[in-house]
Amino acid sequence: MLKTKDPLFSAKLPSKVSAEIKARKLSPDKQKKLIKYAEERYENMIMAPGEAIGIIAAQSLGEPGTQLTMRTFHFVGVAELNVTTGLPRIIEIVDARKTVKNKAMIIHLKSPYNKDKQFANKLAHRIKQIPLKEISDEFILDIANLTINIELNKNTIKTYGLKIAEIVASLEKQVKKSSVKQDGASIVIDPTDKDLRKVYKLKEKIKNIQIGGIKGIINTLAVKKNNEYIIQTYGTNLKDIFTVPEVDTTKTISNDLYETAAVLGIEAARQLIVNEIYKVLEEEGMPVDIRYLMLIADTMCKDGDLKGITRHGITKEKKSVLARASFEIPLKHLINASVVGEVDYLTSVVENIMINQPIPIGTGLPALIVKVKSKQNVSPASKSKTLKDKSRPRASPISKSKTLKDKSRPRASPISKSKTLKDKKNKKK
Amino acid sequence: MQKAISKKIDHIVFRVLSPAILKKLSVVNIITPEIYDADGYPVEKGLMDPAMGVIDPGMKCKTCGSYMKSCLGHFGKISLAKPVVHILFVEYLKVFLNTFCKHCGRALVVHNKLKEIGDRTKTLRNENNLGNLFKNIKDLKTEKQCPYCNAEFKVVKLVKPTNFFEGDIQIWPNEIRERLEKIPDEDLVMLGLDPSGMRPEWMIVVDLAVPPITTRSSITLQSGERSEDDLTHKLSDIVRVNQRLLENINAGAPEIIVEDLWDLLQYHVTTFFNNKVAQIPPARHRTKRELKTLAQRLEGKEGRFRYNLAGKRVNFCARSVLSADPYIDIDEIGVPTRIAKHLTIPETVTDWNIKWLKKIIKSDVYPSANYVITPDGKRRRITVDTISAILEELDIGWVVERQLLEGDVIVFNRQPSLHRLSMMGHRVKILPGKTLRINPIVCLPYNADFDGDEMNLHLPQTEEARSEVDNLLLLKHQIITPRYGLSIIGNLEDNLLGVYYLTRDLLLNREDACQLISATGIVAKLPKPARKEKGEELWDGKQIFSLILPRDLNFEHQGKIMQKGKITKGSIKIKNGTLMEGIIDKVFIGPEGGLLIHKVFGDYGPDIAADFLNKCNLLGLAVSRKIAHTISFYDLDISEEQEKDIASILVTTEKESKLLLKKLDDGKIIALPGKTMKETFETEMLRILSIARSSVGELVEKNVKEASTLVNSARAGAGDKILNIALMSGFVGQQALRGERINFGYAGRTLPHFKKDDLSPESHGFIKSGYARGVQPTEFFFNAIVGRESYMDTAMRTPKSGYMQRRLINALQDLKIEYDHSIRDSGRRIIQFNFGGDNIDVSKSDGGSINVKD
Repeated sequence: MLKTKDPLFSAKLPSKVSAEIKARKLSPDKQKKLIKYAEERYENMIMAPGEAIGIIAAQSLGEPGTQLTMRTFHFVGVAELNVTTGLPRIIEIVDARKTVKNKAMIIHLKSPYNKDKQFANKLAHRIKQIPLKEISDEFILDIANLTINIELNKNTIKTYGLKIAEIVASLEKQVKKSSVKQDGASIVIDPTDKDLRKVYKLKEKIKNIQIGGIKGIINTLAVKKNNEYIIQTYGTNLKDIFTVPEVDTTKTISNDLYETAAVLGIEAARQLIVNEIYKVLEEEGMPVDIRYLMLIADTMCKDGDLKGITRHGITKEKKSVLARASFEIPLKHLINASVVGEVDYLTSVVENIMINQPIPIGTGLPALIVKVKSKQNVSPASKSKTLKDKSRPRASPISKSKTLKDKSRPRASPISKSKTLKDKKNKKK
Repeated sequence: MQKAISKKIDHIVFRVLSPAILKKLSVVNIITPEIYDADGYPVEKGLMDPAMGVIDPGMKCKTCGSYMKSCLGHFGKISLAKPVVHILFVEYLKVFLNTFCKHCGRALVVHNKLKEIGDRTKTLRNENNLGNLFKNIKDLKTEKQCPYCNAEFKVVKLVKPTNFFEGDIQIWPNEIRERLEKIPDEDLVMLGLDPSGMRPEWMIVVDLAVPPITTRSSITLQSGERSEDDLTHKLSDIVRVNQRLLENINAGAPEIIVEDLWDLLQYHVTTFFNNKVAQIPPARHRTKRELKTLAQRLEGKEGRFRYNLAGKRVNFCARSVLSADPYIDIDEIGVPTRIAKHLTIPETVTDWNIKWLKKIIKSDVYPSANYVITPDGKRRRITVDTISAILEELDIGWVVERQLLEGDVIVFNRQPSLHRLSMMGHRVKILPGKTLRINPIVCLPYNADFDGDEMNLHLPQTEEARSEVDNLLLLKHQIITPRYGLSIIGNLEDNLLGVYYLTRDLLLNREDACQLISATGIVAKLPKPARKEKGEELWDGKQIFSLILPRDLNFEHQGKIMQKGKITKGSIKIKNGTLMEGIIDKVFIGPEGGLLIHKVFGDYGPDIAADFLNKCNLLGLAVSRKIAHTISFYDLDISEEQEKDIASILVTTEKESKLLLKKLDDGKIIALPGKTMKETFETEMLRILSIARSSVGELVEKNVKEASTLVNSARAGAGDKILNIALMSGFVGQQALRGERINFGYAGRTLPHFKKDDLSPESHGFIKSGYARGVQPTEFFFNAIVGRESYMDTAMRTPKSGYMQRRLINALQDLKIEYDHSIRDSGRRIIQFNFGGDNIDVSKSDGGSINVKD
């Protein structure tokens, strides 16, 4: 693509950039210059070590949170299914709640089908979970014979593409201890147990029996978006929808974190967290850099399963007793710590605030370790020197906390380090 | 005098208080429930025994001999007549009783599985998850029989809150203690517990630790009466019952009486530890108020942890009402002289500043000093009496606490501190008056306004802290927000409007041009006049604006340009620091993403960027003062033609909605899947009505009067939007409540003015009139309904998002970037290998990416 003589550059450049270079017809010399300039800029943009990145990420999401709406609906007037948005949705995600308000899927179709409106509509009908009551007009309890007569609605059956024989077969499978017979446009269920109360109960139960479609999908709608037909659903069932051959499994998504994690794996759930939060913020016109959302998602998924940012999730796993105690339910943490004999090594922020010590983050991170020969003769000169060096944090090469930690706990840090490394590697495999 | 930290707390170990340690700690055994004798002196061996510390000034501690404040207090103890269960450990007691044999005390685990337990403990300890200890050996336990002594095992049940039963027989605390004492140390070690720090029998209270007086100090009321702390009240209950129990036991009272008293003692000890245990009525004060005992002291927002330990209070700060001063620099703050006189900064006396400091001390007007600190750490106030002695003695090594001076750096803060821009560094500017003053431009990051807001000011007290403020915290370093990597502060309101007018089509004569330049504070030669008309030299506004741009700035971006007297889309061009083409508006120098500000910041650094903002501000204000910009009712007038157009929009809308209504009546609406016909009708109706609103917006925008000041402020981004003009001159449109039309009120109708079951637009919140003409009473009501909804929304949102942020901060606060650029938490576990995959600091980036185009 590029006419650069240096193959290194062309290999590294993203296609978008090289395309633009081509379009602008830059000379090789200029290209080199440009790349050098980009490199320089990049180096200036690199994060400083010690940056309290967690706090900045939390603030970047929390501050716009005060401006988000509480509304839970989508667009006004457009024929689309409503999905939870705004602050409630973000809280749902951040909490990693198991029961979310509006579970939904967006189903993409494979190439020839995604342009076919009729097919999309048909599929939308086919995958929808159909309870018996939706395709029937009436449920009649025949008290004389103690049977249940179901009057079917021919029109709805037609739209769903069902046959009465299918319905009978399906009912036979699902209704136990009774015989199912077709009688014209109605179905007669004759239970063996002739007890009025039980038959009545059975009637109520039958109403919700699922005749067709995929379980859990309450409603569907085929919509045209970006020149292709997609199906939006209420209720999710990724696992079963993937078995439908026309569905494009690479694009179809669910908004349920736990389901995504179970079906597609934790990395997919992580990406879903990022996408969902980003979507909400974008809708509200609240710009937040995606890197912070990635950090939050990574924190939630770091152990390979979903952990909410709650007292039961991430905070519970903190190493420091005092940090946990300062969040919620301090008593429980203190008692547990005392029985087990936990030790707090004061490595994070709150503990050090509590005991009035500098926090090991940002400019509090670097420090100078000076070998003092005799304890008495600390000359004022050396004192002022240390002070000076402290105020220029990035100049000092050794991290105090690092060396201190390594000294005091020779065991703990390398183990935990290598372990997490291994974990990450395994995950990548 | 500054002292280096000579001792640092390295770690804190949590253990259970052992009876042996308590014995060593305790200085007095309390036996009398009386606190004071008839003369008002504390009773010896009573709860206020002076051996446990002093709370009265001038008194000497009986134990350590120090005075108030230097004596931290000493523990006492109450020897209980019968042991009781420690409420906070009951769950653990239950587990211990069910894990170990009651007979021989060994763990009820099969021999060959001992190793497995050891392994599990090890992994648990590595995972820092020892809390789940007992759950993890549950499946290894042998049921029914002890593998060592073959004794039968019966499950011990805990009847909440504090009673233990084995079968139907109650096990009293003394028996529990006996059983737990049998547990050998080795078995505890095997479980990963440390017997030197925790023996299970310590969870039964035999001797109760009495906290020092200093932790439960009494207050003397104005009437001279003493009011005791809640803890003291509770302790005296315990002592009283304890003595009664002791007497009854000694007198050989019947078992049932002893057991009753024992239960009572258990109740009092339980509520002493925690007064909010389920199933136990909370202990109350004489006034029916619930007592605040140990657990309540720690918990909650007002508890020890969140109120005292994690929340610190400071000196060297000020708080006052905020007001605006657009003529100070953006990173300045106006501090009233009265405040400056009280706030001090310590200045160490050196050879170089001794002369100056002496002069300052001598002064009896504002720039003076308040205190000196001698090398041996004594603080002396500078008064008329002491001034001469201090001046004489003052020497190198002393510290002078001088008053706040102009140019000092301070930290300025407004709550709620939602992001790091809520606390920024400013330079002090001493001003008359009583309020703190900021440039209105910096309202945005603080989210401040001037309707009575107060803000806080903090003085960094060390050289190190001042350096941090100077190099990191100062407002000019914060112009680019880390949230999305664009500028967050920028010109607003009238200064934005000024720049807009200036760069649009303003022509200035020599006098005006010179005035603008001097008001902005630019030192530059007047450029060559752009035009000559009727012998008068005229300067283009763009030329004046170019003067505040850096000399070699090149910039190009889509924006608005002036072409043949009309504003159209085009590209803004800045070539070598000269604005060639285009109108500078909100997109370029406004807040929240001003592109030009970002460009200047990125290429020239914070100093130039702050300077640019300041000059922009002053220039804009100067123009604003020159140009009349007022709003009158005429600005809302629209042409007859437009009025007709708007009326026709209303007519079509009405037609369409009537058609839809008829469709509904005839049952001809095709229901959307999952929706009833009525619901489909509603969504369709909403669609029609929202189209009406957007089309009136478009109409007004298309045909605006260029001369209208309203339109101009909308164009500049300084005031409202064009849509607001549509609302005033056109019509307001549909009022949506929770995404629907307004659908409640009386049975079948929203207001009594309408017919029953009327589904027409007017009766469900469609406002046909504009604000300028005035709205109908019913329309006004609908408008108020929606207005109220938005207030409710705000009121509910604030606490929700606040809690979310607290949790986010708490979860992520210890993440930091290590020297290898990986992100790790305090346990050194890796979260990310590099930030966001590319390690880019958003606040240094070009809106989250690298821009190489120019």
